Amino acid sequence: MLDVADLTVRFGRLTVVNNVCFSVGEGQWLMIAGPNGAGKSTVINAVSAGVPYEGSVILRGRDLKGYKPYERARALGVLSQMNLIGYAFTAEEIIRMGRYAYAPGIFSRRAEEDNLRVTESIEMTGVRKLLKQSTLTLSGGERQRVFLAQLLAQNPSLLLLDEPSNHLDLVYQKQIFTLLREWLETPGRAIVSVVHDLSLAMAFGTHALLMNKGEATAFGPISDALTAENLNNVYGMDVFGWMSGLMAYWRRDSENI
Amino acid sequence: MNSAREGFRPLTLLIFLAASLITFAICVAAGSVRIPPADIITIIWRSVRRMPAPADSAAYSILLSVRLPRVICVALTGAALSISGAAMQGLLRNPLADGSTLGVSSGASLGAVTAIAFGITIPGAPFAGTAVCAMASAFVSLTLILSLAYRLDFSLSTNTIILIGVIYSMFVSSIITFITILAADKVRQIAFWTMGSLSGSTYANARVLAVTLFVCGGVIMTRARELNAFAIGEDNARHIGVNVGRVKLIILITVSALIGVCVSIGGTIGFVGLVTPHMIRMITGPNHNRLLPACAFGGAVFLMLADLAARTVLNPLELPIGVVTSFTGAILFVYIFFKSRRNGHA
Repeated sequence: MLDVADLTVRFGRLTVVNNVCFSVGEGQWLMIAGPNGAGKSTVINAVSAGVPYEGSVILRGRDLKGYKPYERARALGVLSQMNLIGYAFTAEEIIRMGRYAYAPGIFSRRAEEDNLRVTESIEMTGVRKLLKQSTLTLSGGERQRVFLAQLLAQNPSLLLLDEPSNHLDLVYQKQIFTLLREWLETPGRAIVSVVHDLSLAMAFGTHALLMNKGEATAFGPISDALTAENLNNVYGMDVFGWMSGLMAYWRRDSENI
Repeated sequence: MNSAREGFRPLTLLIFLAASLITFAICVAAGSVRIPPADIITIIWRSVRRMPAPADSAAYSILLSVRLPRVICVALTGAALSISGAAMQGLLRNPLADGSTLGVSSGASLGAVTAIAFGITIPGAPFAGTAVCAMASAFVSLTLILSLAYRLDFSLSTNTIILIGVIYSMFVSSIITFITILAADKVRQIAFWTMGSLSGSTYANARVLAVTLFVCGGVIMTRARELNAFAIGEDNARHIGVNVGRVKLIILITVSALIGVCVSIGGTIGFVGLVTPHMIRMITGPNHNRLLPACAFGGAVFLMLADLAARTVLNPLELPIGVVTSFTGAILFVYIFFKSRRNGHA
């Protein structure tokens, strides 16, 4: 579905992403993991045409550079890490904006399908109560859910998520990840997401791309890519020991009860 | 979900239209010579029917050759500046964006001041020299600012543009001062013009303003949805499929044309494009489908009232209109800024 080859991004003389190759097939959830400054978000930005890049990004057999903006938006959608809003738009206005790619012309009208998709995505993300509220008064987590609703209304077949659970408390983190896993069950869909939480990556990902200092250090099915050896190398610490150590606290408590 | 919600409701349109017409009538009637409304209607009626001027032609000529073209020009300028301001504020997601912060107003001023100082005129059309110079200079400034911004930052990030715009304005104002010193005999004329004045407006000015406003304002209004997307955030606009580069170009070109024409006719009239959209946004909300048409009316009303104050407050002395707009505008701006900070409107 998405094939990225030799992706290189340079900011001036600084090479932020260097010759990264990966691919995502239908039904797969690719987790991009790695320490801060590894270039994870930049990969997402490049694939969503936010920064100039070298190399090839092939989406559904066509080079991404040949897509018109609205064609690209129908094929892939992006949830960014930071969504600061300038003005007091209501949540509903923002969600409806997700349908832009289906009527980009001046005289395009709202279709029945638009209403259907919007209603559906509002129900899925549980933001009905927020619809009339100014998005400036929403909490970070609520805002994130509003933009997720916009993304689902946009109805792309590939989702690019930059830390989707950022700002979300545990309840919504669980809800969103479960929701995304359900979304993925429909054939022809795929997800690429940047995650910091390695446990979430392990639990929900099918594949993983491990990055360090702009380079891909491992890519493959999740259990092959996120091995103890790979992770320890990249993070420069005993990742498995640390994570298991944390987990032990939960086990001990449950045993005491 | 009803689908008419995003547009401009007919009733709201009617209220804005009525407010503009009433203001227009008051501004035409009031002044150093007060003309009763009944006389105004008779005079306009006679003029439309091409009947000869009546015996006591003082009111007749004041109304038709001085006041009417002036008020029309003021209204059109107000509308054009406000639409430009609203469009820039949406596009750059910056409530402080305006023709002046972009550098287009200064660019246009430079052209006009050059024309006044060196007496550049086009034979056969007395005011066209200033106008053409101002428009050309506005376009050149825009191209310069844009290409600089593109070179510095591929994505045309909003901060880059505003920073370059502000620096460019400073640069240009130093050149204007320089030119003013060179052309010492025209200092008074230049000074009065830079403060902004629409006192000498003609029907020809009004025609130019109306055509520009109709074409450029119309183009901007067809891009209301894209402006909404930009106002939420440029990245988000790109993600939902907006052709970001092209929309930016269209808006910047139309805005610079509007501002160029306004500056060439009325001089730099500050704060209209900055303050009107803020006030209107409190009534209509940030959605450009409603905001842009409302701004056209709101800007017209605001500037007509400012002009009325300029010519009546110190009667028979006349203030430059830019002084009135900046004076009231700055106070209003501080008030709005405080209020929006408290309500989280920003």
